[in-house]
Amino acid sequence: MNAPVTTIRTEAEQGLVDAFTAAAPSLPGGVAVTAARAAAFEAFSRTGLPHRRTEAWRYTDLRRFMRDAKPLAPFPNLDLAATAATAGFIAADLDFRRLVVVDGIFMPSLSDLSGLEEGLTIRSFGAVLGEDAPLLPDVLRDALPEYDPAMALNAALARDGVWISLAPGVAIERPLHLVFVSTGESPTSVFSRSRVTLGAGARLSLLETHEAADGVAHQVNAALGLLVGDAAELTHVKVTAEGDAVLHVGSLIASVGARAKISTCGFALRGAVVRNQMFVRLAGADTQAEISGVSLLGGRQHVDQSLLLSHAAPGGTSRETFKAVVDGTAHAAFQGKIAVEQAAQQTDARMMARALLLSEEAEAYCKPELEIFADDVQCGHGATVGTLDDQLKFYLMARGIPAKEAETLLIQAFVGEVLDGIAHEGLREALTAATVNWLEARA
Amino acid sequence: MTALLEIRDLKAEVAGRQILNGLDLTVNKGEIHAIMGPNGAGKSTLSYVLSGKPGYTITGGEVYLNGEDLFAMEADERAAKGLFLAFQYPLEIPGVATLTFLRSALNAQRRKRGEEELSSPDLLKRVRELAKQLGIDPDMLRRPLNVGFSGGEKKRNETLQMALLEPKLCVLDETDSGLDIDALKVVANGVNQLRAPERGMIVITHYQRLLDYIVPDVVHVLAAGRIVETGGKELALELEARGYAQYQSEAA
Repeated sequence: MNAPVTTIRTEAEQGLVDAFTAAAPSLPGGVAVTAARAAAFEAFSRTGLPHRRTEAWRYTDLRRFMRDAKPLAPFPNLDLAATAATAGFIAADLDFRRLVVVDGIFMPSLSDLSGLEEGLTIRSFGAVLGEDAPLLPDVLRDALPEYDPAMALNAALARDGVWISLAPGVAIERPLHLVFVSTGESPTSVFSRSRVTLGAGARLSLLETHEAADGVAHQVNAALGLLVGDAAELTHVKVTAEGDAVLHVGSLIASVGARAKISTCGFALRGAVVRNQMFVRLAGADTQAEISGVSLLGGRQHVDQSLLLSHAAPGGTSRETFKAVVDGTAHAAFQGKIAVEQAAQQTDARMMARALLLSEEAEAYCKPELEIFADDVQCGHGATVGTLDDQLKFYLMARGIPAKEAETLLIQAFVGEVLDGIAHEGLREALTAATVNWLEARA
Repeated sequence: MTALLEIRDLKAEVAGRQILNGLDLTVNKGEIHAIMGPNGAGKSTLSYVLSGKPGYTITGGEVYLNGEDLFAMEADERAAKGLFLAFQYPLEIPGVATLTFLRSALNAQRRKRGEEELSSPDLLKRVRELAKQLGIDPDMLRRPLNVGFSGGEKKRNETLQMALLEPKLCVLDETDSGLDIDALKVVANGVNQLRAPERGMIVITHYQRLLDYIVPDVVHVLAAGRIVETGGKELALELEARGYAQYQSEAA
């Protein structure tokens, strides 16, 4: 039987096929990268966009959220200076080294590359791909599930991003700020891929922000790979603060070496639909990981922060804390899985997901999972969805604090459990201030 | 002269059950009134209804604080007008530092009264003084409100709040519950320092013991939601001797 297989595609899926077909010849990459792109797209075109029966995406039905695929963003040629100057507002008062990516393209001319510290290399990811370096090294691939549609699309279509490497033993005091901006008045698809590699014993703080104007329905797919060498230390915060029509699909893929420490926090502040997925593999022994998320959402927003954490070696300690504050008719989702491989004895892992509903029509979905193949481990998980505690609110009001202020205090306290864990004081204060602004705006 | 607190024929229910059945009580400035009574008489309900806790329905009567209609005010407005309830079971609020809570409460009240807010250094100085008087470890002020505090520490913290906020009418709900005798003395001493010609207090208690330390001017017996007997401080001793059985049978 050689009957042709006809796949019925949605308009968005067909749009992506057309986009890939048109763009493929001009995408950076040598023979190996080109083949990898083709294979990734082939895998995607077999399965299509994830939908509610795709277990890992059950709460974020991309088939429903993506009616069509926006055209690929052209090379940025707008008044970039103006855009770049206002981007990264969260860290406006912080002296971080800004590395600006506009419409998926790393812009050295808008970035601060002066006086680079010894051992720190910053390049265009596209240039690295042009040398046929792998899209995804094997150690990062190990952190991913067998197939992820967002990562497949990103592999096929990402043109550029930032490529950062830190030599062994180097500690960088001044944090890096990856500023991602999507521009233009008509909606586009923006694919970017970035990577940060820390040599053994290296130390770095990294902030990643994503912004775009209101009212333009960009579709952003941003992937960041983190390779944390043995005994290295990395802290990472990702802020999604795109406009009210933007669809953001972000993937973090991290591999953590022996005795290394990683701390990563996803802070979802704005955007119509946000899927922030984290894939973290504790590959070496005796690692420490703090993985957290804060989602503040209202109106009709949909925010899904999801985590796949693999404990692959003995002695790893991890703490996962995800908080969502949900107002209006917004929907928050959390899917978190801790997988403890057989080798990962003496794993100590705890995951907690909590959602606070501020309105009758707000919804939150939590799905924590443990999958344990080692027999000497301590693992736990919990999830709660609830409303503000009336008794606590009354206690505050009985001391003279007005209702709204009492709510604000309680919500701040709820989110504070995560934000208090942000090591950089200035960044912690900036995120706390953003939370307070969000709370005041809802009043 | 306007009474500090005037309760007339107050009726209230919770979850469809009538708890207060026509309660009358007048408290003047400078007076300390004790309200005693058996379990289930409505003592805590009275304190919650006065302070504006949600879930209680007023089905009759009226209450005036310094001549102003109490039920026209939200809980926070009542507090700003000088009403303070010392909780029987102070709540724990993770994530809100005690000092932040004290600052928010005091300044919210001052704003509402059109007074200037207290600066952070001034507030800290004042709170430290009070903490010292009440034997409260200053480190406790940085910790989340009441989280992990012992029963005695929580009651001391309530007393500290009362001293800081300088209310006109203090309602102490079973302040003695869960306290050993040493903690009771510290708390009672703190309360006694707040006795003032301009300030009234209602001390709600099941046992006479507390009244050895906070000596009342007037003692009332509350049974089945009404004041059924009123007397001087000696009434408390009589109650201790004969118990509440007579009122319970009357009510039934």
